[in-house]
Amino acid sequence: MLLIRCPYCEEERPELEFRNAGEAHVTRAGNLAAVSDEDFEAFFFIRSNPKGLAYERWRHIHGCARFFNAVRDTISDRFVTTYKAGEPKPAVKPARKAKA
Amino acid sequence: MATTQPYRIANAGRFADARPVEFSFDGHTYQGVEGDTLASALLANGVHLVGRSFKYHRARGILSAGAEEPNALVNIERDAARHTPNVRATVQELYDGLAAQSQNRWPSLAFDVGAVNNLASPMFSAGFYYKTFMWPNWAWNKIYEPVIRSAAGLGVAPAEADPDHYASRFAHCDVLVLGGGAAGLAAALAAARAGAEVILADEQAEFGGALRFESGARIDGKSGWFWAQTVAEELSAMPNVRLLPRTTAFGYYAQNFIGMTERVTDHLASPKAEQPRERLWQVRAKRVVLATGAIERHMVFDGNDRPGVMLASAARTYLNHYGVAVGKNIGVYTANDSAYAAAIDLKKAGVNIKVIVDTRDLPRGALAEEAWKLGIEILPGRAVTKTSGRLRIKSMTVAPKSGGSGRTIGVDALLMSAGWTPSVHLFSQSRGKVAFDEETRRFLPGTYVQDCASAGACNGADSLEKTIAEALREGAVAAREAGAKGKNTASIHVDASENWAGGMLGAGPGAGAGTTVKAFVDFQNDVTAKDVRQAVHEGMRSIEHVKRFTTNGMATDQGKTSNMHGLAIAAEALGKPIPEVGLTTFRAPYTPVTFGAIVNHAKGPLFDPTRKTPTHEWATAHGAVFEDVGQWKRAWYFPQAGEDMHAAVNRECVTVRNAAGIFDASTLGKIEVVGPDAAAFMEKMYTNPWEKLEAGRCRYGIMLREDGFIYDDGVVGRLAPDRFHVTTTTGGAPRVMNMMEDYLQTEFPHLNVWLTSITEQWAVIAVQGPKSRDIIAPLVEGIDISDGALPHMSVRECKICGVPARLFRMSFTGERGFEVNVPADYGQAVWEAIWAEGEKYGACAYGTESMHVLRAEKGYIIVGQDTDGTVTTNDAGLDWAVGKKKADFVGIRGMVRPDLVAKGRKQLVGLKTKDPDRVLEEGAQIVDDPNQPIPMKMVGHVTSSYWSENCGRSIALALVAGGRDRTGETVYIPMKNRVHEAIITGMVFFDEKGERLNG
Repeated sequence: MLLIRCPYCEEERPELEFRNAGEAHVTRAGNLAAVSDEDFEAFFFIRSNPKGLAYERWRHIHGCARFFNAVRDTISDRFVTTYKAGEPKPAVKPARKAKA
Repeated sequence: MATTQPYRIANAGRFADARPVEFSFDGHTYQGVEGDTLASALLANGVHLVGRSFKYHRARGILSAGAEEPNALVNIERDAARHTPNVRATVQELYDGLAAQSQNRWPSLAFDVGAVNNLASPMFSAGFYYKTFMWPNWAWNKIYEPVIRSAAGLGVAPAEADPDHYASRFAHCDVLVLGGGAAGLAAALAAARAGAEVILADEQAEFGGALRFESGARIDGKSGWFWAQTVAEELSAMPNVRLLPRTTAFGYYAQNFIGMTERVTDHLASPKAEQPRERLWQVRAKRVVLATGAIERHMVFDGNDRPGVMLASAARTYLNHYGVAVGKNIGVYTANDSAYAAAIDLKKAGVNIKVIVDTRDLPRGALAEEAWKLGIEILPGRAVTKTSGRLRIKSMTVAPKSGGSGRTIGVDALLMSAGWTPSVHLFSQSRGKVAFDEETRRFLPGTYVQDCASAGACNGADSLEKTIAEALREGAVAAREAGAKGKNTASIHVDASENWAGGMLGAGPGAGAGTTVKAFVDFQNDVTAKDVRQAVHEGMRSIEHVKRFTTNGMATDQGKTSNMHGLAIAAEALGKPIPEVGLTTFRAPYTPVTFGAIVNHAKGPLFDPTRKTPTHEWATAHGAVFEDVGQWKRAWYFPQAGEDMHAAVNRECVTVRNAAGIFDASTLGKIEVVGPDAAAFMEKMYTNPWEKLEAGRCRYGIMLREDGFIYDDGVVGRLAPDRFHVTTTTGGAPRVMNMMEDYLQTEFPHLNVWLTSITEQWAVIAVQGPKSRDIIAPLVEGIDISDGALPHMSVRECKICGVPARLFRMSFTGERGFEVNVPADYGQAVWEAIWAEGEKYGACAYGTESMHVLRAEKGYIIVGQDTDGTVTTNDAGLDWAVGKKKADFVGIRGMVRPDLVAKGRKQLVGLKTKDPDRVLEEGAQIVDDPNQPIPMKMVGHVTSSYWSENCGRSIALALVAGGRDRTGETVYIPMKNRVHEAIITGMVFFDEKGERLNG
């Protein structure tokens, strides 16, 4: 079970308190009704599903109930960082901790 | 005692003065002593034959003295409900009256019909499942699988429910030490003295690990075992230490989260009722020290599985710890030094050691010398090439390892050691990468990915000095890294140690390439060296494929003794170095975990929460039959004397339309949307327009997902310009709330709105029917509820029965109706008051079934029943509820995707069966031509179907391709025994003009 730091509560809490909410930084167009089929497909259906750093939305549903963003390494399952919704993508490097 | 336990040796072991204990095995009564395991007690009585193997039904004995045991799996029976199959006899502690049975044999252990498999073994070679049962195709389901299933499997599960209970604990600590041998004790001591909060867990009943048998160990002037008990005592007295004996760490999960099971009562003769059988521990540790030790490997040679053939360290444990000799004339077969120590200990205890067969040409060192001095014959450069004996080893054949004629030596036990395999299971589970050490030819912890460290034999330490030094260091480092500030004062001096280095991997001489002898690699799954080579020969290249083809290492022992041998044999056959072939993945659990421990309290009424409405007690008292709707218990119907469900529902439906009915709708999801931008937010979330809805009025709202499909619906009342009372479907409440919060927080954060779930706050009492207003009128204070003042689809705040209420004029029946919302705590009282009024008008209480029928008579859909997540507003005939002038709402773009506006989509329609008495099955498929060949082209399906007493016929709703343009056409519903005919109609079956809504 993972520990996840809620950027609003400012503490690490067990995974059971959270729920994943899909990929982060997917922008819903202000004029969504007017976008082309291709743009709607890209917005609604296409996800990056990376091996490595994934930008994800999470909700602290059994805590403060806030949605926030997280960077998680999909290889190690380790959370690299979490940040509040609306904040820009942080620049991060894979933080696979390794000691020989 | 000695007279009844012929192999118990006076002056050996640690239980000389222990209380005698009586137990039974396969119906025979034996004596053991308190402190024995079932295995040591059986051996004390000279019993080696304890089971039959999985595939060949070969006679099997006790291989080990610990958790790695692949053979000695027995059934432990307390009573009919409490019997546990596949218990390792080497782990099961003895108690008074313990009753054990052997498994996988019929009619008896000594004479087992299934042993014919052994003679037919060429048929059952590796991969036989995949080859033998390939054809004919039909035979798998009808013949092969049933026969295999009845023949396969070890043990029998109890048929009754488990009457025991299980406990669960979460724990946090600074340092979790896994393994309580010399390394674990030293690491825990160092961490604890530095002030860290420490948990030390070990699978054995007592701490000490390999010091159970290692007679050559002396620490701090004491014997190794006595030192271990002294340290355990010191630790148990420390307030910052928790000792968990009989506790197995079975899984190492993300971020130092460890799953462990503590066996609380399995060793007790009469467990107390309040004691849990096991306790599941879920521990989050800042640092973990792995001190999991090493497991001795067997030698791989022909007949290495006969009862009486066992690991040298096991024989030593039975002697030094339990005071049991595993034979009277014992042979030893080894590739390293540590088996010599077993021979020496036994010899000193007066047991005849026939010979030590050593594959090494020049065994040297202190142990070899001591064995020599004790007069033990040593045969270097030789191998055991076969054994004999039907139910117990009688002799072994020793030949030069280069080949040549052999010498047969009579023995009643054969001890073997191919060296020690570091236990890297938990390290590997932590996602650490193991590295192959060329010099010692073993896998050791390499790269760590979690906050843990290894110490001792699991880390490759071959001596006690090195083990203790590593453990003290890692314990202190872990404590410091976890934030402990204390000064570490632990210092331990090792006076004497044994050495565990050396050994061999793979098949022994005589069982190598080109041979077909039964030299077992994996005892539990009956995998031989030949099988592994055959897998390579048949094209398996990856060790993962070899493993699955042969099932090597896939039994419940997880290949603890077999994996390295299997890998070495595969590597040799492939002509590749071992690290290139790779190691199979270690997976949890380390040892089998009971379902009871995992399920724990989450069973019966505690499996899932039960939600009851405020009128639950009243409904129960009035004979309601309940149905489960998600977690809710809802009154389904209220049968009166002599009524079945059908009669009750008919009466309820007719009564509602003729007089009135009262219905508990409290389970409806309710969300309050409040704030200056509440209307703007509603515009975004629902397809409907909201800005112009007047305060005091209601609207039926439809919510889409962004993909354009219907997600939820419900009546929304505007209480004030900045306050909406939103209702959702019963099942949809949490997900609607979640979606609203999601959009509010992340897409429309500029909107000043607050959302509150009020589902549990308001009891909802629906009063429906022509008499509904008359019923509630005397109870309502402060407002006018006439049709003019409170028309259909209005809402008012008022008092009812003196409590604050939100009174909705709305209808899910098509009749004049009200929904009375009162604080949940007053729900039953207000219900009873309304009931008292209702009785004056001949009203009834009705349940969910009548609610469904009444709404279907009016063609009102239920989201989730008449829609399935692929239905648009147009499909459902609800385009009128979409605001045509709106610039944006969730789903506005998705709903005009090409496929969603294409012609020929399935549309909701009504169905009237040609035979009015025929009620269709919900979910039944619809076709245009019932005479077409199967598979037929399905054009839709029935979504709702009921008998309508009010219409005097069956009615149904259905999704039919292009259905709205097909009104009046006939469609067919083929069922198992006959085909039903139905005519497509509109969705409203009763009061088509809707006049009754307005009274």
